[in-house]
Amino acid sequence: MKISKEKIERVARLARLDLSGDEVEKMTRQLDTILQYMAKLDELDTTGIEVSTHTLNVVNAFRDDEVRESLPREKALAAGPLQNGEAFIVPKVIK
Amino acid sequence: MYSMTIHEAKNKLAAKEITSVQLVESVLSRIDAVENHTKAYLTLDREGALAAARQADKNGGSGPLHGIPLAVKDVFCTRNMPTTCGSKILEGFVSPYDATVIEKLTDSGAILIGKVAMDEFAMGSTSENCAFQVPENPWKAGYVTGGSSGGSAAAVAADECFASLGSDTGGSIRQPASLCGIVGLKPTYGRVSRYGLVAFASSLDQVGPLTKDVRDCALMMNVIAGHDPRDSTSIKQNVPDFTTSLTDGLQGIRVGIPGEYFAEGLDPEVEKAVQNGINMLRDAGAEIVDVSLPHTEYCVAVYYLIAPAEASSNLARFDGVRFGYRDMSADSLIDMYRQSRSHGFGDEVKRRILIGTYALSAGYYDAYYKKASQVRTLIKNDFASTFSQCDLIVSPVTPTPAWKIGEKADDPLALYLSDILTISSNLAGIPGLSVPCGFSGEGLPIGMQMQAAHFNETTLLKAAWNLEQRTGLTTKKPVLP
Repeated sequence: MKISKEKIERVARLARLDLSGDEVEKMTRQLDTILQYMAKLDELDTTGIEVSTHTLNVVNAFRDDEVRESLPREKALAAGPLQNGEAFIVPKVIK
Repeated sequence: MYSMTIHEAKNKLAAKEITSVQLVESVLSRIDAVENHTKAYLTLDREGALAAARQADKNGGSGPLHGIPLAVKDVFCTRNMPTTCGSKILEGFVSPYDATVIEKLTDSGAILIGKVAMDEFAMGSTSENCAFQVPENPWKAGYVTGGSSGGSAAAVAADECFASLGSDTGGSIRQPASLCGIVGLKPTYGRVSRYGLVAFASSLDQVGPLTKDVRDCALMMNVIAGHDPRDSTSIKQNVPDFTTSLTDGLQGIRVGIPGEYFAEGLDPEVEKAVQNGINMLRDAGAEIVDVSLPHTEYCVAVYYLIAPAEASSNLARFDGVRFGYRDMSADSLIDMYRQSRSHGFGDEVKRRILIGTYALSAGYYDAYYKKASQVRTLIKNDFASTFSQCDLIVSPVTPTPAWKIGEKADDPLALYLSDILTISSNLAGIPGLSVPCGFSGEGLPIGMQMQAAHFNETTLLKAAWNLEQRTGLTTKKPVLP
């Protein structure tokens, strides 16, 4: 086994997902199969190989530091599920 | 009228033989006739499209897409229509701004008639992961369109729009284009702005056209390509007139055939159709050479670690606070996040968030994410050395033609493996194109994939146009009741 039920539950907590008992079972089985397959990469010796995080050699993309119009607050808030015209409202953080 | 290409419709509009209102009405009636088979549209703005067409007819205009009705994948932010990304978590969401490519299309005179179906957050190879409806292949009822830009491919193939825009993270433009018998291009990473494209995997995502023929693909590229100051990953690179590359003859072009892409598991009908296509490229003057991409067998493992890792990070923004679905019953912030995400996301999205979170988590980062990023370097190097031997790499797009809806739905790994021929272009950031090259015995389309070095889209379009002239396949249409 590459991954256990307990590990799936822990990763789900990190990812802010609630999984039902059935979902944990299914995801454990499926991720185990997938991760077994990923072990194929261990066939390759990658000592000293650089990592690629991008495909083109672009370094820093700066733009001029000019004041520009931004999205008006009313529009930025408009899609919020709960807002009061000034801010997004969320459940109490500190009890 | 709906069955015309963009360039045919453009000529008739310019000659005043037809009007934009007639074009839009023709497309709308086509949608009414076939949409119950294709199930491509998530949003259709009839009134808005007709109003825009009346305006276009009244004011005239010289934009390259003036008066042409288009539909886009529901992954692009639009001010005037909802943007769902095929997900319940974004049901009803209306963006406060238009994506750069949407602005470019409308500035060029195009008329946006609607938004089309896709796998949720572009994660999938069949469009079956769309939370609202599953589009069907216009060539055969009950068969998948491919994905994730399946609605785009179905709508274009069924003449429900003149062209569409999709996004391609691991084949999501080329694979559905191939399975639905149309042309699809994933440009070079950075060629087209992604501002307003809902992000899936940021080092891989790219925007591109799905069209009825190669000339239309070049026309669409002329409109959407170019640097955008609002997308810091878009590249300051000159944009050619892509249509000038569509000239007869492939003399001086070397076409590389990678043995690894014709490996075990390739459907014999697909192999035969692609081989026929290669012979046509030779007849057109191209030189055919054998090449090798030795790390091909590792592409799926690398991709399905890197893409989910980036997705797990990108999708953290869907937390019920600023947009989309929120579970109002939660009484703490953390519960609100967890319940909103758990109810809002579908299975495949959850699966990829879990894979990605795991691959990035303490203790596993080196073994999975770092290892995959190192092997990505080896894959990039394969392409760099191959492009010193040839101008184009030609292969199938998918190992098989389209399959039945539901057939592979419960086997995620089998679906991941079906992406083996397309994901390497994204890992290397190079452009890739799919163009029809044949049909299976069952009447399902088969596409040929062409890949070129960074920013060599013109070579792809030239070769694809030459193939298209010889196969004549882009004029073949599915028969819909």
